[in-house]
Parts: sequence; C-alpha cells; structure tokens
Amino acid sequence: MSGEHFSVKNLVIYYRTMKGEVKAVDNASFSLSKGETLAIIGESGCGKSSLAKGIMRLLPRNVSVYKGIILFNGLNLMNLDEKEFTNEVRWNKITYVPQAALNSLNPVIKVGEQMIEPLILRQKISKSEAFDRAAKALKAVGVSEVFLHRYPFELSGGMKQRVIIAMSLLTNPELMILDEPTSSLDVLTQANIMNLLKRIKKEKNLGMIFITHDVSLSSELADKVAVMYAGQIVEFVDAETFYSDPKHPYSKKLMESVPTLRRDKELSFIPGSPPSLLDPPKGCRFAERCPFAFEKCVKDPPVIYMDKGFYVRCWLYVKE
Amino acid sequence: MNSPLLVVENLRKYFEIRRGFLGKKLYLKAVDDVSFSLNRREAISIVGESGCGKTTLGKTILRLYEPTDGRIIFDGKDITNLEWKELKWYRRETGLVQQDPFGALPPFMTVKRILEEPLIVHGIKKGREREEKVYEALEKVKLTPVEDFINKYPHMLSGGQQQRLVIARAMILEPKLIVADEPVSMLDASVRIEILKLLKELQNKYDLSIMYITHDLSTTRYFSEKIHIMYAAHIVESAETRELLHNPMHPYTRALLNVIPDPDPANRSIIRDVPAGEPPNLVDPPKGCRFHPRCPNFIKGVCDVKEPPVTEVAKEHHVKCWLYG
Repeated sequence: MSGEHFSVKNLVIYYRTMKGEVKAVDNASFSLSKGETLAIIGESGCGKSSLAKGIMRLLPRNVSVYKGIILFNGLNLMNLDEKEFTNEVRWNKITYVPQAALNSLNPVIKVGEQMIEPLILRQKISKSEAFDRAAKALKAVGVSEVFLHRYPFELSGGMKQRVIIAMSLLTNPELMILDEPTSSLDVLTQANIMNLLKRIKKEKNLGMIFITHDVSLSSELADKVAVMYAGQIVEFVDAETFYSDPKHPYSKKLMESVPTLRRDKELSFIPGSPPSLLDPPKGCRFAERCPFAFEKCVKDPPVIYMDKGFYVRCWLYVKE
Repeated sequence: MNSPLLVVENLRKYFEIRRGFLGKKLYLKAVDDVSFSLNRREAISIVGESGCGKTTLGKTILRLYEPTDGRIIFDGKDITNLEWKELKWYRRETGLVQQDPFGALPPFMTVKRILEEPLIVHGIKKGREREEKVYEALEKVKLTPVEDFINKYPHMLSGGQQQRLVIARAMILEPKLIVADEPVSMLDASVRIEILKLLKELQNKYDLSIMYITHDLSTTRYFSEKIHIMYAAHIVESAETRELLHNPMHPYTRALLNVIPDPDPANRSIIRDVPAGEPPNLVDPPKGCRFHPRCPNFIKGVCDVKEPPVTEVAKEHHVKCWLYG
C-alpha cells in the first residue's frame, strides 16, 4: 500500500504560561506511507516532544491552542472525542515510547502485570491469554520470559527499554512514536536497541516516528526526515537528500556540527542560541543566526514544495 | 621541561561496601591498576561506558577521592599521599569541569560570586585584584560583554553559557591540568562543538593539559591527541587518536567503533554486531580478561584463566589482550 498512511497538516500547539503564550509547535506538516520511518530532528526546546505528545493527545492542561489535521488511514483523529480516541487509537493503533521511558515503569508492580494492562483494558482479552502474549512479546525483543515476574529494579537500563518496546508492540500497532528512546543508554546498549527497532520495522512493516537530537543516530532508522527549529518544521525531506545535501540553512549548519568517526571534516557550530518560543522573531526564526540571511528574511518565509510533498521553509528557494 | 605533567602508576581505587547480614566487607574496584601519563600541553581522552570507572579515575587523580594504591606524580611531585593542607597547592594547579553544568553551579550565587569563591579560598583577598581576575576569566570563555553576565544567576544562563561559566571557574586560578568529565554530553549538537572548540583554544593559549573523559568516541577525534579505552576498571587499549581509530586492536574497542554511526542513509539497512551481555559487576569481576564473557575472539582456557598482559603492538599503541600477548 502506498500513499499517505499517516499525515499531520498544519498542527499548532501553544501553551499558556505565566510569562505568556509559548508557541511550541507552529504549522507542522508531514506525511508517512505505511511502514515508513520519519525522524524528527531538533535541539532541546524546539517543540519536537510537544509534537509527539500532540499526536498522542497527551498534552499538559495549560494548552491554549491545539488545532490542525491528523489523518490516520483517512480518518481525521482531531474529530474523535476523548473516549473514541482512547478506545480506538491510543495504545491500540498508535503507541508511544516516552522520553526517559526507563522511569515510566511502575516500580512496585511486576513487569508482566504492567505489560498486560493495555491488552486487558483495550482489547478485552483474558488475563492468561494476555500473559501468553506478553511472554511472546518479551521473547521477540530478546528478554527472557522469567522477567515477567520480576520488578523493574531487577532489570538493567537496556532491558527496561526492551520491555517498554515489547509493551508498545503488544497491541499490534500500525504506528509507533519513539521520543529519544536511547538517550540515557550506553553506546553498545543503544546499538542493540537500534538493531531491535530495525528488525521490528522490517518484520511488522511498522511505521515509526523517531524523535531525536542526534543526527548520526537518526540515520539508523530514518526514511524521511523533518528538521525542527524554534517550533517549526523548516525542512521535510527524504533521508538520501537530507544526509547528503540538506536544503535549509539550519539543516546545513547542523550537519556541519556533527562529528564523524570515519572521515575528516571541519566542524563548525552555529553562533548564538535559538529564540524564545514566547516571542519568536518576526519573519524567519533562524534569520539572526543564518549565514545566508538577506533582506527578505524579515518576512515569514514561504513553504517551497519539492517532489512528493517534501518542502523547505526558506526564502532562498523562491524562484523569481 | 619535557617530563610529563602527570604520571599515574598502578592506580587503584576501591570502595568499601558491606553486604549480607554478617556484614562481610567487600570492595567495589572502580579503578584497578591503571597507568598512563599526560604530557604538558597535551589533551587525552579517557573513553568508556557508564560504570567503567572513568569518572572515579578523574576524581582520584584530582585527589577528590583517596587513592587505595598506586602513585600519582604531578609536575615531578608525588601527590598520592599529600595531607589536606599541602593539597591546597595541588587544588590551584588543577581544575574540574563537570558533566551537568547546572548541577555544578550553586543556584543562589551570582556569576561574580561563583568566580570569586576559589579566589577567596586561595587567599586573593584584595577586592580590586579579585574583580580583575573575574573579568579576565569571563573574557577567556567569551561570556562577553562581561557586564551582561556578571550579576546573573546560573538559571538565567543557557546550557552552553553555564558550561562556559564552569570552565571559567576551573580556569580562574590558572591551573596546569583540567579534568573535563563529560563536559558536553548534556548539550545540544552545535553547542557541543562550540564548547569543545573553546576548550581546545584555551588549551593552546594557556598551555593547558586536558584529560577529557567521555563515552563519545566521535568527538575524541577532533579533540585529543591520545585515547585510552577503559573497560571494567582497566585501561584495555591506548594509542594516538589516529592510530586507535584506524587500527583498533582490542575486541572491545572494535565493538565500540563498529556501532557508532556516521550520518548516512545506508545505516538503516545494516544490523550491527554488538557483543552480547553487559559490563560486569566490579565487586566480583570475571576471572582472567574482564571482557571474555562478551568477547567474539574468546579463547577458552586462556582468556578466562589469567589476566591478559599489556602488549605494545605498534609504536605507543598498547593493548591488554591475549590475542597479542
């Protein structure tokens, strides 16, 4: 099946705070075909986690604006009421591995009991059947089923992460959202988890949204890449183009700051720091740090579409 | 002055722990028989995963921990057993840059006060002189214009600025040695390079020696002249940076190098070889080579029996492995 399986159109998420309105996500759009992986890359505070939470409807209470279209198999999820969303989508069709997932296991409940919870609540199957499925799911991620009867503190970090991935696969989802799934793990453990995700992706033809700040690591999974800067997706492009010839100046500069192990390259950094999302600059939000900025950049840059719905948000690509 | 600035010989740091209800004494061997030297104006990297003892090594060298055994020679003087009073001199000669800049800065002190603290402790009492030094330190790390920063509190600074302040504090007494323990691992990609470039610049400008402790091999290439790889409290391989990256010998080093991706869309179709298992418990590490339970080149009856010797496989390239012993 080709064509759009999951897409987000003009998603806006603002938060109300004591200091004013935080524009966490502004007009984010992207689309995925079935079984594809999108990497969302950006620095801390760029809104990438808000985007994930927005899709899962797990936003905090101080949201002031939450609008846009989220299409999943042709259905606009924004039109579902809370009950429908909970029953049909969350932890059923779309699962979510939050950041610091290692700490999201309940320390006083045995691993197995936690794992079967979504099955019993969402899919209404018996406890023994749920346990069987949990055991199988654990085996599939390379964890012995004896751990079903252990508490989370008896597991290492890598094992906990596997348990959480197994848990999010239990309901046979079609899309899995992973927010920095390996950021607190060691190098070798991280590689193990990436191997696991690659295998799952292939075997189950599972769509993934992989959120990370690590450009090198994103290339382990990404078919498509969305680069976020100050609440906006500034570039949405296929992986081949992104890693060899990124278009947006921010993407280019970000690439130049990525150290490589196997070949020499001159590293450089982006002077300055990202703007506050309380009061982002008018026009292009990257302009004040951009080496290519010119007079037009004081106005909001247009979205320039390329092939297959890919785009870049930059004045440089406007043809006169 | 061609002698090394720092020589570490057979250094050990054991932490005592009690286990079991009889209260039997056990030791967690965080650093076990580690030797290396650091030349003047040189930067070296100590690379290893969490729990391998790299932070303990750094802190023991700074005498923030009492060494259990071995010798630390700094600038020709044996500082292993210096008493607290004599250590004050050593504290001036060394500086520490920690991993989490916000955690390392007292939240209730202003930038000025934070930088004055080491000056007061070390008896630079004149207000004028102190102020000059504070200005100088902030200029060194490019927190300029100084007036914009000097009265701020740490939470008012960005992560990169906080780390600059930590570096300024470490530098303010003009030390010869800086131990930088994961100085950039909490920072964003671009800020990482900014801070590493700053450290490199300071190293060259002020003839510093730097011990860079990290889990991230990909940055070592741009930062240090030598790399020491640590696994389970031992240094298992040491070489010049280029040599080590191009010609890794120890199976653990090879495994590490193999799993670190460079940005390349081809990565997504590769399943990487990762050694099974996890690093051992340092209370009761495996007999023989500590990597043997995970090693793809494991030789039965050799690796699991005797500790491997350190062999020089090429010039200045040392490996602790039976494959070369």
